[in-house]
Amino acid sequence: MTTTTLTRPDTAVPGRPGGTDTARHRRKRILNWIAVHSVAVALALFFVLPFVFVFLTSVMSDDQAMSGDLWPGSWNWSNYSTVFHTPGFLDWWRNSLMYALLGTVFTVCSSVPVAYALAKFRFRGRRTAMMLVISTMMLPPQVIIIPMYLVWAQQFHLSGSLWPLIIPMAFGDAYSIFLLRQFLLTIPQEYIESAKVDGCGELRTLLRIVVPMAKPGIAAVALFQFFYCWNDYFGPQIYAAQNPGAWTLSYGLESFKSAHAVNWNLTMAATLLVMAPVVIVFFFAQKAFVEGVTLTGVKG
Amino acid sequence: MALSLSTPAKSAGRATDPAPRDSPLRRKRNRERLRNLGFLSPWIVGFSVFFGYPLIATVYFSFMHYNQIKAPTFVGLRNWRYVLEQMPLFGPALWNTLWLVVVMVALRVVFGLGIGLLITKVKTGVGLFRTAFYIPYLAPPVAATVAFVFLLNPSTGPVNEVLSWIGLHGPNWFNDPNWSKPSLVLLSLWGIGDLMVIFMASLLDVPKEQYEAADLDGAGAWTKFRYVTWPAIIPIVLFAVVTGVVQTMQYYTQALVAGKLASGVSIGPGTVIQPGYPEHSTLTVPQLVYSLGFQNFNTGAACVLSLVLFAIAMAVTLLLMRKSVGLIPAED
Repeated sequence: MTTTTLTRPDTAVPGRPGGTDTARHRRKRILNWIAVHSVAVALALFFVLPFVFVFLTSVMSDDQAMSGDLWPGSWNWSNYSTVFHTPGFLDWWRNSLMYALLGTVFTVCSSVPVAYALAKFRFRGRRTAMMLVISTMMLPPQVIIIPMYLVWAQQFHLSGSLWPLIIPMAFGDAYSIFLLRQFLLTIPQEYIESAKVDGCGELRTLLRIVVPMAKPGIAAVALFQFFYCWNDYFGPQIYAAQNPGAWTLSYGLESFKSAHAVNWNLTMAATLLVMAPVVIVFFFAQKAFVEGVTLTGVKG
Repeated sequence: MALSLSTPAKSAGRATDPAPRDSPLRRKRNRERLRNLGFLSPWIVGFSVFFGYPLIATVYFSFMHYNQIKAPTFVGLRNWRYVLEQMPLFGPALWNTLWLVVVMVALRVVFGLGIGLLITKVKTGVGLFRTAFYIPYLAPPVAATVAFVFLLNPSTGPVNEVLSWIGLHGPNWFNDPNWSKPSLVLLSLWGIGDLMVIFMASLLDVPKEQYEAADLDGAGAWTKFRYVTWPAIIPIVLFAVVTGVVQTMQYYTQALVAGKLASGVSIGPGTVIQPGYPEHSTLTVPQLVYSLGFQNFNTGAACVLSLVLFAIAMAVTLLLMRKSVGLIPAED
C-alpha cells in the first residue's frame, strides 16, 4: 500500500491518465449510475406502493374492496364523507388535536428551562441529573403504568379522559429535555455572558437571547411531541378506553376497523385520514424535522 | 439536593477559606442555587411524581395481592413465583420480545445503513428518493399496522395478488405463527426513515480526503467501507443499536393491533381477547403487562412483569452504553 501512494500521485493528481482510461471510466460511471438508480427505484417502490394500494382501495366500492382487485372499477370518493360521518369520528379528531396541541405547548414550555439549566449552568449533580433524564428516556412506559393509572383513576377520578396524559407534560419530558440540551450546547457561551453583562436577568436571557437562537431545536422538539401525541396508542388505551367520547384518532382507528369488519375500503380511507395531518405537517416543516432527527443521532 | 450543595466539601476543593456568612460571594452562590432549582423545578417535580413514585409503588405492589377493588394484602414472593415459574404466557412473551429485539434491531440497522449508503451514491433525484424513504416513518403506528394487515391479507390483499402474477404463492403473513413476527419486521423496515436520515448525515460527515487517499491507494469499495467509513460511523451504529433495543423492548402497538385485526374478532371496548394471535406468536412482554393489569386486574403479577421488563431493559442498555460511553451523555 505504501508503495502505491508513493508512486501514483504524479500521474493521478493532474487528471485521469490516458485516453482509453477515460473512456473506460466513463463507461464504468454510467454502469454505476444505472446500478445505483435501479436499486433506488426498486426500494422506493417498496416504500411508496403501500400508500398507493391503500389509496386505491380507499376509493373502491364495498364489494370490490373484498376482492383481490388492485385498480378501482369506479372511483367512490363518497367513502371519505362516509368515514367523516361515522359517529364519533369528528370527536376523535378534536381529541387528537387537543391532546397533540396542549401536549406540545406544555412540553416545550416546561422542557426549555430545564434543558437550558442542564446545558449552561454549572452545578453539582449536573451529570447525575443528565443520567437520570436519559434513564427515564430509556424506560419502557409499561414499567410504571400501573401505579400511575391507579393514582389518576382512584385519587383524581380522571380516567376516561386524556388529562392524565396531558398534565404530566407540563413537568418536562425526558426526550425533549435531552434533545434541547444537545441543541443548546451548540450556542456559544459568549452570547449568554454578554447578555448578562448588558444587565439581562436569567429569565430575560433565556427568553430574549437563547430561545430565538434555539428556534430550530425548539421547532424539532415541538414537531416530535406533536407526532408522539398524535401517534400515541398506548396512553389513550389506558386512560380513555372506557369512554369513546375521549378516544383519539389513533385509538379509534382500530375499533373503527372492528366495527366495519368487512369494509376494507372505508378502513383504508380512515387510515389515510389519520395519516394525512402528519404528512401535511411534515411537508411544511421538513427542515426542522430532519434537523431534529439528525440532532438526536449524530451530534453527541 | 440543596443540602448537599451547602456542605463544606465543595468550597474545600476551591482552596479558599469558606466565605464569611454575609459575604457577597456567598450571597451570589445562594442566588445561583435558587436559580438552578427554579429552572430545574419542572423536571424535579415531574421526575419524582411521574417516575420515582410509580417505580417505588411498582416494587411495593409486586409483593401485594391487589385486584384494584379490595385493599392490597401482603403475599411476599407469591406473585414473583407465579410469574416466573407458573404463568404459561410468560415464556412465549419473553421469547417473542427477545426475538424481535435481536432480529428487528439487526435488520433495521443493516437495512438503514444500506439505504443511507445508497442515498449518498444517488446522483439524480436525491430529494425525491429521500422523501420516498422517509415518509413511511411518519405514518402513525396504528394506521401503518392497519394498512399492513390489509396489504398482507392472504386472500384479498394486494401483496399476495402481485406475488401470484410471478407464480409465487404468498404466505399467510399475520395469520401464520411462523410468519407473523417476520411480517412485523417487514412493517418495521418500512418505517426506517429516521435511521436512514441519521446514517445519511453521519456518512456525509466522513472526511472526503480519506476517501481520496484510499482511492489513490487503489482501494476497492469494500476496503474503503471497512477501513474508512466503518470506523467513522461506528458510534452512530452503536447509538442506533441502543435506541433500537430500547424501542423494541417497548414494542406494543403494532403487535397488538396486528394480532387483533388479523384474528378478525370484532372488538368493542371492554372485550377481553387473548392477545398474541396467532398462537401467542405476537404476544410481547408489554402486552402481557397490559393484559394482566388492565384486563385480569392481577395488579401484583403485572407489577412483577413490569419489573422484569425494567431489569432487562436496564441491563441491555447499560451493557451497550458501556461500549458507547461519551456518545449519549456527552459532556460539553
